[in-house]
Amino acid sequence: MKKAIEIESLSYSYPDGQQALKDVNLSIGVGESVALIGPNGAGKSTLMLHLNGILRSDGMIRVLGEPLEDKNLKRVRSKVGLVFQDPEDQLFSPTVFDDVAFGPINMGYSEDEVRRRVREALEGVGLEGYEGRSPHHLSVGEKKRVAIATILSISPEILVIDEPTSNLDPRAKWELIELLRGLPVTKIVASHDLEMVKALCERTILLDKGKVIADDSTHRIMSNTPLLVRHGLARPDEVSSLKLEA
Amino acid sequence: MKHSFLDHYSDLDSLIHKLDPRTKFIATFAFVLAMVLTPPTRWYAFALYFALIACVILLSKVPPLYVLKRSLVIIPFVLLIAIFIPFFKEGETAGSYNVWMWELKVTYSGLIVLWNVIIKAWLSVLSMIMLSSTTKFSDLLKGLGRLGLPTVMVMILSFMYRYIFVLVDEVIRMRRAWDSRNFGGKRMWQLKTIGNMVGTLFLRSYEKGERVYGAMVARGFDGQTRTLTDLRFQAVDLYYALGFAVVLALIGTTILLGWGS
Repeated sequence: MKKAIEIESLSYSYPDGQQALKDVNLSIGVGESVALIGPNGAGKSTLMLHLNGILRSDGMIRVLGEPLEDKNLKRVRSKVGLVFQDPEDQLFSPTVFDDVAFGPINMGYSEDEVRRRVREALEGVGLEGYEGRSPHHLSVGEKKRVAIATILSISPEILVIDEPTSNLDPRAKWELIELLRGLPVTKIVASHDLEMVKALCERTILLDKGKVIADDSTHRIMSNTPLLVRHGLARPDEVSSLKLEA
Repeated sequence: MKHSFLDHYSDLDSLIHKLDPRTKFIATFAFVLAMVLTPPTRWYAFALYFALIACVILLSKVPPLYVLKRSLVIIPFVLLIAIFIPFFKEGETAGSYNVWMWELKVTYSGLIVLWNVIIKAWLSVLSMIMLSSTTKFSDLLKGLGRLGLPTVMVMILSFMYRYIFVLVDEVIRMRRAWDSRNFGGKRMWQLKTIGNMVGTLFLRSYEKGERVYGAMVARGFDGQTRTLTDLRFQAVDLYYALGFAVVLALIGTTILLGWGS
């Protein structure tokens, strides 16, 4: 199978010396849908920021077979679309149109092409006619969708999404899951929303304290309750609601 | 939370709203310039300026009362600066009052200066309100960019417009959290917590700035700004600009001919 992302012995420390990633090795195939789960502070977001070279450190990252280097950074970024957790960070333009058009314009597409891409990206997330709206006045669910549209408009081959369902009500969450399921690209989703992971990804990578703990099918990891409990992803035994009542 | 205090009513549909932002910007600028250059004693001319802006207000369908209310906001500031001028300016005395041991004199020339400042400030503010309530802020920025404002400035303004509301929301939320845990205490201590809040707000905005930059870089931003503009001058822009220029020229002629002085 062709590889979308290959990571070899990647380590990263924050500027204050705290180690965020320790010797991470991963390989993700084209067309896969992979969940990156782990408790708060496990290093999920840090790992994602490496995938399109926003953070750089020692270790080797190959995107679609190409090693990530300074000279191909721009091309890699057009292949790997990164959707940030807080849409407020992702949407920085005065109108939805400007935001969705930002990527394509930077990629140097012609005006007609930019307009076509914006229209298609907004159609793709079910928000036709939102071009002139101000991102500030959208609901959280709409903001998340626009944030995804800003990435779809550069038609990436790999979609990397950080916590897509955080802050969403159940209806908006399931609508978003449906939307993501329908996108025909390689997906890497960081989350600790196990319900979504089960619905969206066939493979799951468990990350804790910057290390890969498990890498298996979602079904097998989800049925391994002791593992989930150990890494803060399920209710610990000693916290039982029965005891709380007593 | 919903905020639109910068460009309220900018999504109405009227002749004025349809104009290209550049036309409106240039018209506003010309209007302010002409007015500022008008000698304060041509009362006639100011009536005409007011009539002109009133026509624009009516054409724009923006509620006149709203425009009036907003325009009055500026008056206290102008008064604060200008109210003392009539008392200090030398010249022919219009009236004098004895306040305890003081003799206060009001001079005609001082009153004219006061009138000059107030009427010009007020008419300028009216025209600015018309510009901002008939043009979406994003369109105005595009227009300014096309008129030659450096892209860096346009970007700074556009980020300001985008994030000022986010910050306002943040402040409102912090304020609520503070209120719900504030059970009194010494004034000094309260001031200290407000200081801490300002610091927190600064840190949060700083970090937000970093994340926004990350989001820009992730979509191919390389320090150069590129934009699409869909601004186009239409026939209506030409008519409006011509009409506006003719009216301003007529007012200018009356001033030069010395009417109404």
